[in-house]
Amino acid sequence: MTDINTVRAEYADAKRRTMIGNNVFNILNFIILALLVVVTLYPFWNTVALSFNDGLDSLRGGIKFWPRIFTWQNYKAVFATGAIFNAFKVSVIRTILQTVLNVFLTCMLAYALSRKEYVIRRPLTAVLVVSMYVSAGLIPGYFLIRNLGLLNKFAVYIVPNLIDVFNFILVRTYINTLPDSFIESARIDGAGEFRIFVQIILPLIVPTIAMVALFVAVGAWNSWFDTYLFASGKVSLHSLQYVLMEFLQSSQNQSHSAADAGALAIAGANSASSMVTPVSIRAAITVVATVPILIVYPFMQKYFIVGITVGGVKE
Amino acid sequence: MGEKIYMKKNPELSVGIINPKKTFWQKVIKQRQLVYMSLPLVIYIFIFKFVPLWGWTMAFQDYKPAKHFVDQNWVGFKWFAFLFKDKEFLLALRNTVCMSIISTILGFISAILIALLLNELKHIGLKRIVQTVSYLPHFLSWVIVTGLVSSVFSVEDGTVNNILSALGFIKSPILWLSQPKYFWWIVGWTYVWKEVGWNTIVYLGAMTAIDPSLYEAAEIDGAGRIQKMVHITLPGIRSTVIIMMIMSAGHILDANFEMPFFLQNGMIQDVAQTIDLYVLRYGFSSFNYALATAAGIFKNVVNIAFLLFANWIAKKSGEERLI
Repeated sequence: MTDINTVRAEYADAKRRTMIGNNVFNILNFIILALLVVVTLYPFWNTVALSFNDGLDSLRGGIKFWPRIFTWQNYKAVFATGAIFNAFKVSVIRTILQTVLNVFLTCMLAYALSRKEYVIRRPLTAVLVVSMYVSAGLIPGYFLIRNLGLLNKFAVYIVPNLIDVFNFILVRTYINTLPDSFIESARIDGAGEFRIFVQIILPLIVPTIAMVALFVAVGAWNSWFDTYLFASGKVSLHSLQYVLMEFLQSSQNQSHSAADAGALAIAGANSASSMVTPVSIRAAITVVATVPILIVYPFMQKYFIVGITVGGVKE
Repeated sequence: MGEKIYMKKNPELSVGIINPKKTFWQKVIKQRQLVYMSLPLVIYIFIFKFVPLWGWTMAFQDYKPAKHFVDQNWVGFKWFAFLFKDKEFLLALRNTVCMSIISTILGFISAILIALLLNELKHIGLKRIVQTVSYLPHFLSWVIVTGLVSSVFSVEDGTVNNILSALGFIKSPILWLSQPKYFWWIVGWTYVWKEVGWNTIVYLGAMTAIDPSLYEAAEIDGAGRIQKMVHITLPGIRSTVIIMMIMSAGHILDANFEMPFFLQNGMIQDVAQTIDLYVLRYGFSSFNYALATAAGIFKNVVNIAFLLFANWIAKKSGEERLI
């Protein structure tokens, strides 16, 4: 027979131990996640500091969180040459056009193929789903673009990117959750399918549109490989990421520097007069290429969490 | 009676009921607005995704761009045979597989771990901050990320070398980016840095679906935090993990493209060559389209085979599956 007091004491002891364990766990957990935050942010923070620091001074090293000798010179040098300003413009126009067209057409397709009564819904959907797993590869893809006459034309950024099948599935899944009664009542009022889509469906799927638009816009803004393959021959079509890429490659690997007269020239032409170095120019271009994403990101964040849980991993 | 009212209200839906003999084409004509909205776009996808598959024929020819299709010299599997005798291709294949496996495994472990820790973080504000920050690198381009990598691992004033020497681990800076033994791991950990936060989303979603009463029952039985994580949370996200694994099996030959592309240099050439770079080099530098196409076909076929294989294994062992 155990004394009730012993049991109580043991219970209290166990409870205390769990609480201590809990606290240790919470503290460790906090430290690990705080480390994650620091490791994630630091490289970028450091780049921002470098981009505002005097170029020659940066070569001495030791720039960590704040610029030592503050200057706007690096940004002035970056935008002084028309090349980067033009690349920025190309990237902005491309991103806006591609996002608007891609999101609109993807949603329209998703609406049409979400209609259960649509007789050729299944075969059309099958073509789309299979297309996600099939890729002809680099060379055949290049030939297609060439045969369509898109090489070194601005259209090469837009025409191949009108539909995104993964986003199509996200949007269609969301439309399927909407009650049919909206659409039915609109049909009774004599609305055509296109009008139903524009006036009824689009306003209802705004959260998904926001998420999908973010994906498309970020993808468009970040792409450089299509410039590299299809439009590198025409300087006026170079995108910002492509220019950054050229610059990276030339400062990384001296043997490539011939491919990149333009980017080094920025550093070269300016370094004599105004203390700009490749390191600081690179930092400044990196910031210029990242800031638009940082501006859009907080507004979109609330949507993509919602959207992804709705869409799910599985189709 | 009720049905009749329904039919009158819904001319579109009732097509089949009123006149069951309405032919397929009559229905299509009736739904022509939907056809206008979808068919051109599906044809568009067909042109951009399936028509280029025709280009696969190049891999079986001594392809000469100047010649017409019927005049090409057919050579069967010559180029594929060449690939497997080519030391460079075999090296690229090894590098691709190793990089992709290292990145995938590190990616899975880190994402599941961080998701578990985030799930245990009860302070909503802190949780949101960690999530917001950790998703951010997902939206940066690989060009930017590779630039950050090359400065963080730099010999001159690179952050990693600075920290290691401040802690007294190293006397002189390590040449991280010029030593073959580090390269795959740098690629792998950079992948983790960029995608770990984003990859937690799907696991955190799966964790919210776990029945809370399981945790309560475990608590009554005296389970601690770690025990609950191991015995309830992990089994709870098992099917999600398996689906994600099947999906990543389909990318076995997709190593990161940008990092090897930008960071390759003479000293790490042997570990940084990937199949993609091989295709790029033979396709656009040597203009051997046939060989480059053959390498591309090999990559895509192996990827799909691995996807189906992983799916089949999951099916056999009674697990959740993708297709």
